[in-house]
Formats: sequence, C-alpha cells, structure tokens
Amino acid sequence: METLFDLPTLWAFVIAFAVFAYVVMDGFDLGIGILFPFFAPGPERDSAMNSVAPVWDGNETWLVLGGGGLMAAFPLAYAIILPALYAPIIAMVLALIFRGVAFEFRWRDPGHRRYWDVAFTTGSVVATLAQGITLGALLQGIVVEGRSYAGGWWDWLTPFSLLVGVSLVIGYALLGATWLVMKTEGAVQDHSFRLAGKLALGMIVCIGLVSAATPFLSGAYYERWFAWPQVLFTAQVPLLVGLCSGTLLVGLVRRWEYWPFLLTLALFALCLLGLGISMFPHVVPNAVTIHEAAAPHASLEFMLVGASVLIPIILAYTGYAYWVFRGKIGHEGYH
Amino acid sequence: MFDQFDALLLARFQFAFTVSFHFIFPSFSIGLASYLAVLEGLWLWTGREVYLNLFKYWLKIFALAFAMGVVSGIVMSYQFGTNWAVFSDKAGPVIGPLMAYEVMTAFFLEAGFLGIMLFGMGRVGRKLHFAATLAVAIGTFISAFWILSANSWMQTPVGYGINEAGQFVPEDWWAIIFNPSFPYRLVHTVLAAYLTTALVVGGVGAWHLLRERTNKGARVMFSMAMGMISLVAPLQILAGDMHGLNTLEHQPAKVMAMEGHFESHPDGAPLILFGIPDQEAGTVRNAIAIPKASSLILKHDLDAPMDGLDTVDRANWPYVPVVFWSFRIMVGLGFAMLALGAFSLLARWRGKLYEWRPLHRLALVMGPSGFVAVIAGWVTTEVGRQPFTVYGLLKTAASASPLEAPAVAASLLTFIIVYFIVFGAGTGYILKLMAKPPHRGETGPQAGPDHPIRTAGITPAPSVDPARTLGVEA
Repeated sequence: METLFDLPTLWAFVIAFAVFAYVVMDGFDLGIGILFPFFAPGPERDSAMNSVAPVWDGNETWLVLGGGGLMAAFPLAYAIILPALYAPIIAMVLALIFRGVAFEFRWRDPGHRRYWDVAFTTGSVVATLAQGITLGALLQGIVVEGRSYAGGWWDWLTPFSLLVGVSLVIGYALLGATWLVMKTEGAVQDHSFRLAGKLALGMIVCIGLVSAATPFLSGAYYERWFAWPQVLFTAQVPLLVGLCSGTLLVGLVRRWEYWPFLLTLALFALCLLGLGISMFPHVVPNAVTIHEAAAPHASLEFMLVGASVLIPIILAYTGYAYWVFRGKIGHEGYH
Repeated sequence: MFDQFDALLLARFQFAFTVSFHFIFPSFSIGLASYLAVLEGLWLWTGREVYLNLFKYWLKIFALAFAMGVVSGIVMSYQFGTNWAVFSDKAGPVIGPLMAYEVMTAFFLEAGFLGIMLFGMGRVGRKLHFAATLAVAIGTFISAFWILSANSWMQTPVGYGINEAGQFVPEDWWAIIFNPSFPYRLVHTVLAAYLTTALVVGGVGAWHLLRERTNKGARVMFSMAMGMISLVAPLQILAGDMHGLNTLEHQPAKVMAMEGHFESHPDGAPLILFGIPDQEAGTVRNAIAIPKASSLILKHDLDAPMDGLDTVDRANWPYVPVVFWSFRIMVGLGFAMLALGAFSLLARWRGKLYEWRPLHRLALVMGPSGFVAVIAGWVTTEVGRQPFTVYGLLKTAASASPLEAPAVAASLLTFIIVYFIVFGAGTGYILKLMAKPPHRGETGPQAGPDHPIRTAGITPAPSVDPARTLGVEA
C-alpha cells in the first residue's frame, strides 16, 4: 500500500481541485445561460450576460486544465473514460463552442441576435446536461478490458446518468440564480429569488435521489459508505448536506443576499466530497485505481514543479479579478 | 474488421478537420498579436495617431479571431482521449505534461492580459497597457512553443524509455522538449504565422488602396505588410530548406514522399516539378523533372546518391499523392510570396508603392494565401509522418479508440456542420470589419454602450468601465 500523499494521490487532489474550481466558476455562468430565457430581451438579458462575460473563458480554462491534467497525470484513465463517454463529451465541446462565440457574435450581428441568444441558452443547457451525464455514466461503471474501454457507444445512456444530468442542470441554474441574487437588485433580484427558491427545492430532491441510488450501483459504494467504522465519518456528509439545504431554504425565504450562493457552493463541495468517498481510490469505478492509471513518476514530478508555482499564481489572479468585480451590478459600491 | 478500418479512417478525417480549422486561428493570432505590439510600440515611440488608429482597427479583428481559437482549442484537448485513446494511454506520460504546461503558462498569460489589451486602453496607463499587449503576444508564442514541442516529439521521439505496459516513459525532459525537429519546426511555423498575418494585413491594405488611394491608415498598413513580406518570405524559404534537411536526416521516408522518389537514384536524383504519383505502381507518371537537381538541393552535390521509397517497407509508406501535392502547393505559394515581396520592393524603389494597381491587386489576391500555405505545410508534415503517430514506434492504426464507425461518423458530420455555421459566421464578421476602411479616431472594441465588454480572459482592476461592463448606468 502506498502512503497517503504520494504523487498519484497528490495529483488526484489537484485534478479534483481543478474540477471543483471549474464547477465553482463555470457553474454559475452556465447557470445564467440556462436561465437566459427567463429574462426579458433587452437590457435585462444584456446585463445578465455581461455579468459573466469578463470571466467566462478564464473559467473554461479550468476545464481544459482538468482534461489536459487527466491525460498527463492519469493517461490510462483518460484513455478509458473518454471513449466510453464519447457522445456526451463531443456534445459538450460542441455546445461550449456555440455558447462561447455567442458572447461575441450577438454584439456583432444585431440582426441575428435572437439566434445567438438561442445558441447561448441551448449551448449552456446541452453542455451542462452532457457534463452531468458524463459524471453519472462514470459513477455507474464502465466496461474495461485490458487497457481500454470495451462497452458499446450507447452504454452511457441510462436512467441514472440522465438523472445526474438533469440534477446538474438544476444545480447550475441554482448557482446562476443565487449569483444574480447576490449581484442584482430590484425586479431582477426578486425574480431571481423566486427562481432560486424553486430550484433549491429541486436540487435538494435531486441530491436525495442521486445519493439514494448511488450506494446500490455497486457493492463497493455500499461498503465505502456504510462499513463500520468509516460510517462515522461518511455520515457527516449527508448531515452537512441537510444542514446546508435547510439553511439555504431559510436564507431564500428571509432574502439573505450572499449566503444562498455560498451555501449552494457548499452543497456542490459536499457532493464532490461524496463522489470522492464513493470512488477513492478508483478513478474508473471498480476497474482502475489512481495508482494503476498514474503516469510514471518522472511525468508527475515534472508537472508538479510547474503546477505548484503556476496554479497559486492563477488563483491569486482570479481571486483578485473577482474581488474587483465584487458588489452589486449598477450600484455605486461596485467601483 | 472492415468496420474497424472505417472507424479509423473517419477518426483520422475528424482529427484532420478539427485541427486544420483550429490551426487557422492561432496561425493568424500569433502574427496579429505581434503586429499589434509593434503598432502600439510605434505609437508610443513616435506619437503618431495613425498607429493608434491601426492598433484599434486590428484589435477588433483580433478579438474575434482569438475567441474562435479558444473554442476550437477546447475541442482539441478532449479529442486525444475520445478518438485516440491508445495513443493517449501510451504517449500521454510524455505529451500530456507538455500540453499541461501549455495550459498553465500560455493560457494563463493570455486569459490574464487579454482583457486589459482589449478594453484597458486609457484606464491602466499607456505603459501598463503596452505591457499587457506584449504579454498576450508572448503568451501566443509560448503556446506555440509547447504545442510544437509536443508535435515535434511525435515526429522525432527521443529521451524516452518504454515500460512493461507499453507506455513511453520520460527519461530526459530537456531532450524531449528540445527534440531534433523542434527548433526547425518552431522557426518555420512561427515565421509562417508572421507571413500569414502580413499577407492578410497587406491584402486588407491593398483593398482599401484600390478604393481610396489616399487613405493614410491603408497606406501605412500596406507598406508595413509589404516590408514584412519582403523580409520574411526569403527567410522562410531558407528556414523551410533547413527544416527539410532536418527531415531528411530523421524522417527520410517523408522527404521521399515529398519529392516523389519511389525509386532510388545511385548517381544523382532528379527534382520532380510536377507529375502524377501512383502509389500502387510505385511511380510518378508524366513527371517533369530536372535531372540531378534534387541531389543538389538536399545533398549539395549533383551526383549524391538518394534512396527512394523502394528501400522502405511498403507497409511504412506515407500516402505519397497527398504529401507530394501539399508540398508543391506550399512551396509554390512560398515563391509567390517571395515574388510579391520583390514586386513591392521594386514599387517602393520607384516610389510607386501606393500607386501601382497591379501590385495592389496581386496583394489582394494573395491575402488568404498564407492560410492555404500553412494548412498545406501542416498536411505535408502530418501525412508525411504516417503510418505512425509516434514516428517509427506507434502506428496510427494501433493508436485509435475502440469506437464503432457510426459513432465517429455521426460526430464527424456534426463537427462539419457546426464548424461551418459557427466559424463561417465568425469569418463573415471578420470580413465585415475588414471591409470598413481604417479612419481617424478609430474606436477599439470598447466603443459604444452596445458592445461586449470583452471576448475572453479575466479583466483585472480598473481596466473595465463598470458602467459599460454592466450595460447600465452606474
């Protein structure tokens, strides 16, 4: 047995961190895309879009780092997972194309702005759905033979993966709505509060359904969650989810402005932690562990030198940019 | 078995299609980022307003091209895994870290400073703004550095071992990064990007000169572009020649395919100018050739013996007709660029640079030729590497994902439709911007309340006007 903090484990944490950073940052801007049709055309939509325009592509860089990092640190996992999830991943990158160019094109071509707005929403919904399906399909297991994927090209499509896909759409929409609660005032904020209330209920139901289904997907998941004595630790996760959910609902009713967004992020963090408990130490459930999939020591070490310097710089910079943009949209305090 | 072959061919076509489309945008934005840095530097140095106007004129075009480069690049970072799983598993330990470094070094710089570059003029001070422009230009170069290092390693792999799982294991990172073909490929590709941009700028300048000969901005951009082409076209031919000699040393079969040398020539090989290569028969039909000239170019000796593809196992032949023709398209365009540069020097010497309409027409026609040459060169080097992904070590047929043909066919069709819609629209918007003549008081991407605040990146500090950012009054 390897020690806890050897290089592969460290890299598993780095990639998990990149995935979480991506969800934190791109989640709310995809969510705003999902909620776009609920806003009136004109200034309301323009300001919703512009509230995320400064950060969207920096956010998506984390997705590239997640994908590139997986290939570099766990090439075997990358080689098994991506073909297994061929259709949803292709759908995701294509949806991100539509969504990304819409930021720029809708201004260049007012005559077709309606179409680029549709592209923005459709792209956001499809990209999110595809990410959720990808996650669900990974969790339910992938057929592996030797060093490659051995299943069919529709294996990813199951009720469980669709459930996770829809859950993620609701979750990102909730992030988008609570982001707008935090960043706006007046009618838009009222509208966002109402949306966030419904979405929060939806998200809590979804977390419940996915959590209830997961331990029964395979024996290992059940073991990892319910075996004694680690159940003492794992039981904290659903307890915290319950606590955050309750507080979120109270916060939305009492019209807290900042906490709903932060609590939604906390829910996402807990879901990721739950995912980690289910999967660790596997990277492909029941088939490949992170140590089996890890790149040779020389690869991991070479990248770690760069990552340990560059990722903190990127984080500092990103944090600074968000700090600059803090406060309400269109309010004096925004300066 | 037949299905497997089909899926492989479809996967190869899909990769070629998406990478070619993607490559168009960086090959333009690498050069354009540097051109913008030069324009801004000249403006700061001379204080002449025309440079500022040109800077803002090209900045709007840069914003669009960069956005399309970003989104088409996301596709590439996943396509290795979706379609080339075995390659990713085996070469990932070497290729992956190079690409991870590209993300961490180049994307960071670009995403960080693009915002200031696009919208920060007049808000962060001139010097800081210029520093941001330089950072973006350097970022595009660093990106080219890593991705070409990875590509070159696939052409000339060194510094690796092979473990029991059949994976390439890095042993000497310095040797891997600076592998034998990398310096040549980097110089040749970056010069190609500069040349491509100069041709586009020259074509746009020529278009406006043909309509309005006195337009100051059009004159300056045309003059700068023609100067650049006069300088870089001969350098590029020289760099290409050296790159070719390097290829001869490390990948002789590729050069044989480029030259159409199916047979060995023990006493001086001919330079085949044109002909119809026949892969099956192993010969070039209707060849028009200069005797012994190929030996002179490649070995600097008229009588030097040259091996042909008959010395290579037929299973390891690249597909000669594609390599043969793409190479000729690239070289032919290279010499046309040289001629354009010479023509412009003559015009300049006679003091007729802004008057000679045939020169302007030629420059206009040559405007997109850089893209064609870049793609042709790319096809030459990539198809010439076949039938391997990692040259001599890993066959393309053994690199692909275990996918079914209908899955790849469906994704390929979707890529084609989406790319033509999205990048077709984007190219249309770029052409619309180019069709407007540059004028005094040119506005940057930030003008007007009805414009996007920025395309990409993270905008720091006071670089963005909050009122405009939010589309509402502060």
